[in-house]
Amino acid sequence: MTGREKILSDVVKNKPTAIPLPVLDFKSIDQPFDILETFTKYVQAVGGEVVHVAHEQALLQQVTNERSAGKYIINRVPAGGQVDDVPVDPAILESVYRAYIKGSFGVAENGAIWVMESAMGNRILPFICEQLVLVLHKTELVANMHEAYASIQIDKEGYGVFIAGPSKTADIEQSLVIGAHGPKALSVLIIM
Amino acid sequence: MNPSHAKLAEAFNADEKRTDWHDQTLWFVRQKRDKAAHVLPEWEKLRQWASDIKDHTLSNLDVYLAEFEQKATANGVQVHWALDAADHNAIIHKIIRDQGLTRIVKSKSMLTEECHLNDYLQQSGIEVIDTDLGERIVQFRKEPPSHIVLPAIHLKKQDVSETFQEHLGTEAGNYDPQYLTQAARIHLREKFIQSELAITGVNFAVAETGGFVVCTNEGNADMGVHSAKIHIGCMGIEKIIPKAEHLGVFTRLLARSATGQPITTYTSHFHRPRPGQEMHIVIVDNGRTRQLGREDFRNSLKCIRCAACFNTCPVYRRSGGHSYHTAVAGPIGSILNPNLDMKANADLPFASTLCGSCTNVCPVKINIHEQLWKWRQVIAEEGLVAPSKKYSMKMMAFVLARPSLYRIAGSAGRWVMRNLSFLVKVKSLNPWYKQREMPDAPKESFRDWYKKNKEV
Repeated sequence: MTGREKILSDVVKNKPTAIPLPVLDFKSIDQPFDILETFTKYVQAVGGEVVHVAHEQALLQQVTNERSAGKYIINRVPAGGQVDDVPVDPAILESVYRAYIKGSFGVAENGAIWVMESAMGNRILPFICEQLVLVLHKTELVANMHEAYASIQIDKEGYGVFIAGPSKTADIEQSLVIGAHGPKALSVLIIM
Repeated sequence: MNPSHAKLAEAFNADEKRTDWHDQTLWFVRQKRDKAAHVLPEWEKLRQWASDIKDHTLSNLDVYLAEFEQKATANGVQVHWALDAADHNAIIHKIIRDQGLTRIVKSKSMLTEECHLNDYLQQSGIEVIDTDLGERIVQFRKEPPSHIVLPAIHLKKQDVSETFQEHLGTEAGNYDPQYLTQAARIHLREKFIQSELAITGVNFAVAETGGFVVCTNEGNADMGVHSAKIHIGCMGIEKIIPKAEHLGVFTRLLARSATGQPITTYTSHFHRPRPGQEMHIVIVDNGRTRQLGREDFRNSLKCIRCAACFNTCPVYRRSGGHSYHTAVAGPIGSILNPNLDMKANADLPFASTLCGSCTNVCPVKINIHEQLWKWRQVIAEEGLVAPSKKYSMKMMAFVLARPSLYRIAGSAGRWVMRNLSFLVKVKSLNPWYKQREMPDAPKESFRDWYKKNKEV
C-alpha cells in the first residue's frame, strides 16, 4: 500500500460519522456605516498611510516626478503612465525604491488589499521593493473578508495576496518594527 | 526520557523577574486579542462557524484530501504523501538532493519542527536557514522555538543583541529592536536572493481549488518562495478546508486570536508555480489519523495554530515554552503530544490548572481543558503517572470518600499551618511552597463557619 492509500484508508477507518457542512449566512453580519472611513482607519492601524487624490492625473504626476528625480521606480498602473516590465532577477529588484501596483479592492474591516499576480508583473515585486504604493479607486472597497472572497476567484491566477500594511515584526521583546524583510512603507493611493 | 514539565518549569522559575516579565508580556498579547475580538459583534458566530466547518471537514477528510490532490495536480503542483516524520524528511531531502543543492531557506512551519526536519537535513550536510526573525534568533542560539507564533518570546532584547553580535557582528550593547531587526533584514535578504529552494508551512489548504494559503507578517515566506526555483509547502492532513469562502471565516479569526491584529500583513494564496518554477506539497499524517480515531481527542485536529491558548494559560505564561519539551507547547500541545508519544509526554496534560481559559479563547471551539482532563485519565489507566502523584491521589481519594476523616485531616492541616508554619516552608516536605506563597490558615473550616452562619 502506498503512503497515500494508507493515509486515506486510515482516515476512512477513523473518521466520525458525517457531519453536515454548516450554512453560513454572511448577510447576517453587520457592515460598517462608512466603508471608506473604516478602511482608512484600519490601513493606518496596520501601519500604512492613505492618500486621497482627486484624479488619475495626480498619480501620473507623482510617478513622473520621482522618475525624473532619478529614483528607481517600477510602475505597474496604467494610469501612472508607462507600465514597466519587471526584471526577473531579485538581485536587480532589490534596489527598487518604490513600486506602484494596482490593487483589485480594499477590505474595510482590516485594511487589507487584494493584489493579483498579473498586476505585479513579478510575484516578488510587492515584497522586495523598499516602498510600496497600492492604487485603488474609491469604489473598489468591500466591507469584510466574506465579501472579499465572494468578489474573487482565488485560483484565477497562479498567485494572489492580501496585503495589510508594510512588512513588520515584533519578534524582539514584542517591540513593533516596521520593515522586517519587505517594504518599509505602504501607501494606499485612492483615486476619488 | 525528557526531564518533566515540572522540573523544566522549576528551572525557568529560578529567575523570578524574568518569569514575571514573560507572564506579563504574554498577558499583554492576550489583552490585544480581547480588544480585537470585541470589535466584532459576530465574533461568537464566527467561532461557531469555524468549529462547524472543521467538524464537517474532519468527518469527510478523505474526500477533501483526494479533491485537493486532484485539483493541485491539475494546477501543476506535485503532491507527496508522508506517513510519518521520517517519510516527510526523506521526501524533502530527495527533492533537495535531486537538484544538487546544499542550502535552503524555510519560513515558519511547526510541522517541520514536529518532524525535526532541520536536524535531519543538517546531518545530511544541507544548511537550513530559518527566515522568520524569531526563528532565526533561536536557530542561531541552537534552541527550539518556545512559542508557535512568537518563537523567541522567552528572550530579552539583551539576549538577541548578544546573539547577533556573535553571528552578525552587530555592535556590543546595542539593544535597539529597530537596529537589530535591520541587521537581520540585511543578513536574510542576502540569503533570500541566493536561495534556490524555499520551504513554507501551510495555514489553510482549499479542497475546491487545490491551492494553499500562507500567513506572515514579515513577508519572509514570500521573499523566499518568489526568489527560489522550487517551493515546497508542508501540511498536516488537518489543514484542509472545503471551499474558498471558508477562508473568510478563518482569516477573520486567525490574526485577531493570535496577536490582536485584524489580519496578518500578508495572506498569500498559492495555486500554480510561476513560469519556470516547481511547486511541491507534502501532505503529512504523523499520527493525525490516529488522533482522528480517538473520539475524546479528535477535535484537537481543528486547531489553526493561533496560540491564543498559550497566551492565556497561567501555567504556560509562568513556565515558558521550553518546559513542554515538544515542538508545539502550551495547552493544545499538551493534547496533541501524548498522541504522538504517550509515555514521553505523559507529564504534559498535568501542566494545567484546568481553569478553562484556553477553551474560552479558542477560535475553533476546541474543549481544550476537558481534553487535558481526559488525557489524565487515559494516562493513569496506562500506568504512566509518576508514583508520587499516583499514591497521593489514592490517599486523597481515600480521605475524600470519608467525611469524618476529611474533617480531622482538615483540622490537623490548619493546626500545623498555624502552629508549625516553619515545617510548611521546608521545600522538601512541601513542594507546593517551591514557587508559591502559602496562605494564612483560617481558624475554622468552611463547614464550621457555615453551620454557625446559615441561619443569618
